[in-house]
Amino acid sequence: MQKKLLLAALAATFGMSATASYAASHGAGTLQAVMDKGFVQCGVTGGVRGFSAPDENNNWTGLEVDFCRALASAIFDDADAVRYTPLTSTERFAALSSGEIDVLSRTTTWTMTRDTSLGINFVGVMFYDGQGFMVRKSDGITSALELGGASVCIEAGTTTELNAADYFSSNNIDVNTVVFEEQDEVLKAYEDGRCDVYTTDSSALAAERLNLEDPDAHLILSQIISKEPLGPSVRQGDDAWFNLNRWVYFLLLNAEELGVTQANVDDMLASDNPAIKRLLGVEGTYGDLIGVSNDWGYRIIKALGNYGEMYERHVGPNTEIGIARGVNALWTDGGIQYAPPIR
Amino acid sequence: MTDTKQGSVAFVRSEMVPDAPPPTSTQGVIGWLRVNMFSSIGNSILTLLSLYVIYVAISGVYAFTVTNAIWEGTGGAACRVENVGACWPYIGNRLTFFIYGFYPDTEYWRPNLAFAIGGVLLFLLATPQIPGKVITGALFLIVYPVVTYFLIYGGSFTGLLQVPTEKWGGLMLTLVVAVTGIVASFPIGVVLALGRRSKMPLVRSVCVVFIELWRGVPLITVLFMASVMLPLFLPEGTNFDKLMRALVGVTLFTAAYTAEVVRGGLQAIPKGQFEAADALGLNYFQATMLITLPQALKIVIPGIVNNSISLFKDTTLVSIVGLVDLLGAVRAGTATGTWSAPTIPVTGYLFAAAVFWVFSFAMSRYSQYMERRLDTGHKS
Repeated sequence: MQKKLLLAALAATFGMSATASYAASHGAGTLQAVMDKGFVQCGVTGGVRGFSAPDENNNWTGLEVDFCRALASAIFDDADAVRYTPLTSTERFAALSSGEIDVLSRTTTWTMTRDTSLGINFVGVMFYDGQGFMVRKSDGITSALELGGASVCIEAGTTTELNAADYFSSNNIDVNTVVFEEQDEVLKAYEDGRCDVYTTDSSALAAERLNLEDPDAHLILSQIISKEPLGPSVRQGDDAWFNLNRWVYFLLLNAEELGVTQANVDDMLASDNPAIKRLLGVEGTYGDLIGVSNDWGYRIIKALGNYGEMYERHVGPNTEIGIARGVNALWTDGGIQYAPPIR
Repeated sequence: MTDTKQGSVAFVRSEMVPDAPPPTSTQGVIGWLRVNMFSSIGNSILTLLSLYVIYVAISGVYAFTVTNAIWEGTGGAACRVENVGACWPYIGNRLTFFIYGFYPDTEYWRPNLAFAIGGVLLFLLATPQIPGKVITGALFLIVYPVVTYFLIYGGSFTGLLQVPTEKWGGLMLTLVVAVTGIVASFPIGVVLALGRRSKMPLVRSVCVVFIELWRGVPLITVLFMASVMLPLFLPEGTNFDKLMRALVGVTLFTAAYTAEVVRGGLQAIPKGQFEAADALGLNYFQATMLITLPQALKIVIPGIVNNSISLFKDTTLVSIVGLVDLLGAVRAGTATGTWSAPTIPVTGYLFAAAVFWVFSFAMSRYSQYMERRLDTGHKS
């Protein structure tokens, strides 16, 4: 992960000068440019289960893909008005800086360095990821605090290794770490029983679990020991575009909080709740504030549903990857997803 | 005389004794085995050892790909059994993705048609008995790329649905990159090779610098520069298509290698050929087109095919700049739907390897055929 960071910083150093001048000349123009060309250009991964991956019909699908689709719904009332650019982790920031893509929605961790020095702004957090632990169910472990004496499989030279060391020493837990060079080797070693615990980012754990012979025999512990907030980002210096992105994200959260879903959105149009009226554009001109039609909220929910529905559809417990809602639940449900009101 | 001889000698053979077959131990399969495999104790041990190694390897592959393989199923769950081999339903289910990538499924006929036209033209071009090579060649090298571009990309005057290059993928993309690279780099390479042998200092130094520059950097760097750095250097707002940037990079890179191969061929031609051309009063263009180049190209067929095969395999590098080629598609496919099981990634790689092998082997066989057919001299 540090290697990636270094490369990203390198790419960004080259990108900086271009970014600054880009922002100057195209300052307020991304939304207009997007409207002119008729689609949102969205930077995605080359295939990460649940976040952005091809589906069975060879279309892009995933939680982060849905953010771009929501953006397109708000602007064009057409969730399919999105073009996807698969990006590697090294080229993603340069692609955003150079204007090749309009929004980067590619499992990117929001950190201070990235936010301040890469010429980008993070819109929000689509998924609170973090380092977790996977153990065999047969071992009867239910909490990371019970891991004393266990051997832990870790990938070498990553922040994962440091996080784990910090966590175990601060909790006075004595473990043996077994370090491997490659992610594949770590999984293999865990599967072969060379260690009792496998630790990496919890979304990756969930995906890797599926490559084990019997996924149900393994348990991902609920403890998360690091902060890896993943979210979309846009070019710095274009506040109108940033605002639109940010409020599309907030709208998804607000819709869930107010109980507006894809199924009931038409009924909700007749709701007496003023918050819902504002959300769906029945009352007020909130669309004007971000440069789109006033029924932008209705369009998004009608096409894609609220944040909770997106989560359940792509990464929730009923999907293959099956990640419990955990901290990604709304603040009203004990999580930390919280959005300012539309007012 | 005759009588005397017959009387004085008890027996005279009047015909030759037919050759007796050599001992069975020295001929046929057994003889061959004795001579080549079991001629000494040491060799016998080596033979048995090698046989064992081959057996282990083949039986392992066979068990993985056939005996233990899963042939039917509608999801990764079917392949989640103990001691499982390859998961072939994964290939079957995701095949359209591996071939066309994100290309819209209602439009598959367009790349199919492009493949078919290319196949037919290539067949016409590759079969010596069919006349009209010049016309077919022109069709294949000039008309066909244009037709293919409009067919696959659509839009503008064609009235076809426009399919942006982001949606191209899989084997289709691999072939587009490989064919463009091979076809477009060839003329550039020939020109560079001639330029490097030119007597004009400026032309020569330009060609030398170009060739050495491109040969001096790895393809992965070229692609990375093309995809990450280039957009930053260009004026803002100008956006080259990502695939186009990769294509230009691959083409220029291959051209530098082709140039050196062709130059090798030019240097192998006896000096007398050049002098004879001069003596006939041919100008540079005539001498090159009629005398030296045809001979040089014939000599370098193996080298050029070698280049082409290597380029074909190098196209997988485009996946590091985010283009979803065959290898990228096989990789991305494991993140799809229910398709996740222990052996699915390996199955995908096996499939990709098989496809690459088929194409590369076909190229290699055809080049050997061409060499034999064009073997018209010099090797006295």
